[in-house]
Amino acid sequence: MVPYIARRLIFAVFLVFAVSSSSLILARLAGGDYVTESLGIEAHAATVEQARARYGLDKSMGAQYRDWLGRVVRLDLGRSLLYDRPVSDLIPERAANTAILAFTALLFATLIGLPLGVVAGSRRRGPGGAGDVIPGVIRATSLILLSMPPLLTSLFLIFVAARTGWMPIAGMRSPGEPATGLTLDLLRHLIVPAGALALPLAAMFERLQAQAMAEAIGAPFVLATLARGVPRSRVVWRDALKASLRPIAAVYGIVIGTLLSGSFVVEVITAWPGLGRLMLDALRARDVFLVAGCAGAGSIFLALGSLLSDAALALVDPRVAEP
Amino acid sequence: MLRTLGLFLIAIAGMAVVGASALAPHAGDRSYRALLNAPPTAPHVRDDMGDWHAPFIYPWALVNQLEQRYEQDRSTRVPLVWLSGGRLVQSSDDARAPLLLLGSDSYGRDVFSRLLFGGRVSLGLAVIAALGALLLGASVGGLAGYTGGPADDVLMRAADFVLVLPAMYVALALRAVLPLVLSPRIVFLLLAVIFAIVGAPFFARGVRAIVRSERRQDYAAAAISLGASHARVLARHLLPAARGFMVVQITMLIPAFIIAEATLSFVGLGFPDPTASWGTMLHDASNVRVFGDFPWLLSPAAAMFFVVLALNLVLERADITVATDNQ
Repeated sequence: MVPYIARRLIFAVFLVFAVSSSSLILARLAGGDYVTESLGIEAHAATVEQARARYGLDKSMGAQYRDWLGRVVRLDLGRSLLYDRPVSDLIPERAANTAILAFTALLFATLIGLPLGVVAGSRRRGPGGAGDVIPGVIRATSLILLSMPPLLTSLFLIFVAARTGWMPIAGMRSPGEPATGLTLDLLRHLIVPAGALALPLAAMFERLQAQAMAEAIGAPFVLATLARGVPRSRVVWRDALKASLRPIAAVYGIVIGTLLSGSFVVEVITAWPGLGRLMLDALRARDVFLVAGCAGAGSIFLALGSLLSDAALALVDPRVAEP
Repeated sequence: MLRTLGLFLIAIAGMAVVGASALAPHAGDRSYRALLNAPPTAPHVRDDMGDWHAPFIYPWALVNQLEQRYEQDRSTRVPLVWLSGGRLVQSSDDARAPLLLLGSDSYGRDVFSRLLFGGRVSLGLAVIAALGALLLGASVGGLAGYTGGPADDVLMRAADFVLVLPAMYVALALRAVLPLVLSPRIVFLLLAVIFAIVGAPFFARGVRAIVRSERRQDYAAAAISLGASHARVLARHLLPAARGFMVVQITMLIPAFIIAEATLSFVGLGFPDPTASWGTMLHDASNVRVFGDFPWLLSPAAAMFFVVLALNLVLERADITVATDNQ
């Protein structure tokens, strides 16, 4: 168990390092740099040179990479040219916003998808009658939602919000509200972006859970428990549920990755000040250090997610950890 | 039954996109300066007096320039003409009262025509990129599974690495390396290559596993003992065993690529502006007023939904099995 986790950890560290340094190099390779993007093409040649020298952009690429590397091992990620603030200050606050969004979406999706999956899966093979309508409706709904990735759900939810005025369309906090802390205003702003991320995810959870549930219901132990006279609802919600949780637990790690790329779109569309939008702004401005920082932070998210789910899986199912 | 519905929807989308130049009432870049953000002109067959006519439309009259509000001019009937000038249908007074089945965008271009031409770009890109991913992934996976040993390790570690990368961030970073303004043709090629690389590991892992287990089967041993070359055994005997897997995987990747193109174009890193693609059309629609006042500009989102839904309907049974098998 421990060596397995250690191996995964080493891989995770390597991944974070590789992603951030390659995105630094990539952003550096791109035509134009921060100076040309910010000063424009009509800037005086001398001004351009001066600005380059100030930001350290005049050195060769190898030298720049060495400098960056030297600072990164001391946990200094450099200074954002765009915001004129240390990258290591900017990223945590934006990453926290993305984490709030992703966590809320995961919570919504689990709370909606899991019970619906249990209902749909446990009734699937029942004899014809009124009971069969509900799983059919659930299944059709999740099929539709599965076809709406966050790009489409966020447009749809904004459309609903704009038409009805029930909730704020975009942003994270209203002006005049406290800028930190968990407020009612923040929760209202969360509805559209978190809902957009959660709906397709809930559909996926529902499908997985329905499948696992249907399998569990068919297992001999369920039949035996039913035959002993235990009420059906209790068998479904206690025994069969426990036996059918593995697929969703296993998929959580992958989901964190999808949440990350999905939240990028949602952040851009709903103006949520998270990591994805920061990365986009940095890319557009050719702010190399910020790009590298964002990519690194994104891969830390991803690595943490898969590490946690690997650890959880290894705990539940020790066979996973065997070499 | 759902499968049939899915195939039917895919067939419609395919025909609409392939026949775009005949089905679209206008060219994709034809703009009507006097009709910015005009609502759809629905074809009528009955006028206000209750008389029946061949299909016709009412032209739009601008009521408020600033708010871009239009009203139907109910006194004039503009009949539709069929099969003229190489187009299935258009308005008889195309210069002043064009047929706008899904309204016009903020440049006064016909949304319906752009939807068809944009579908060519968006769907074409997704299909080509998915085929590229299939080709790359199947050859890497086949090679790794067939040879085994160190080559297998290296190739599969590489595939694993690409799989765990945050895909959207990689595509963004790669796209941002190149100049922001490129010709549509180059962007098409570039996105196809990026998508194919990001998508290839999904094929590689599955194909490798299948080839590895099939290689030990008697028929493979028989083929080798009959003197078939390694390349022939791999291509003619082992890879066909992975056919079912490849079909399922490609059906899952195409929607992902459609959405990826839309996302990149939406944030301004995809196709350049005058090119119609579903993503650039949504980019033009990224304005709060669209949701309240010009909802027809969101039709590319609806088109994407139907195509993705159709592909999911075709997969219905299969996708769940694959999702759980991966665990």
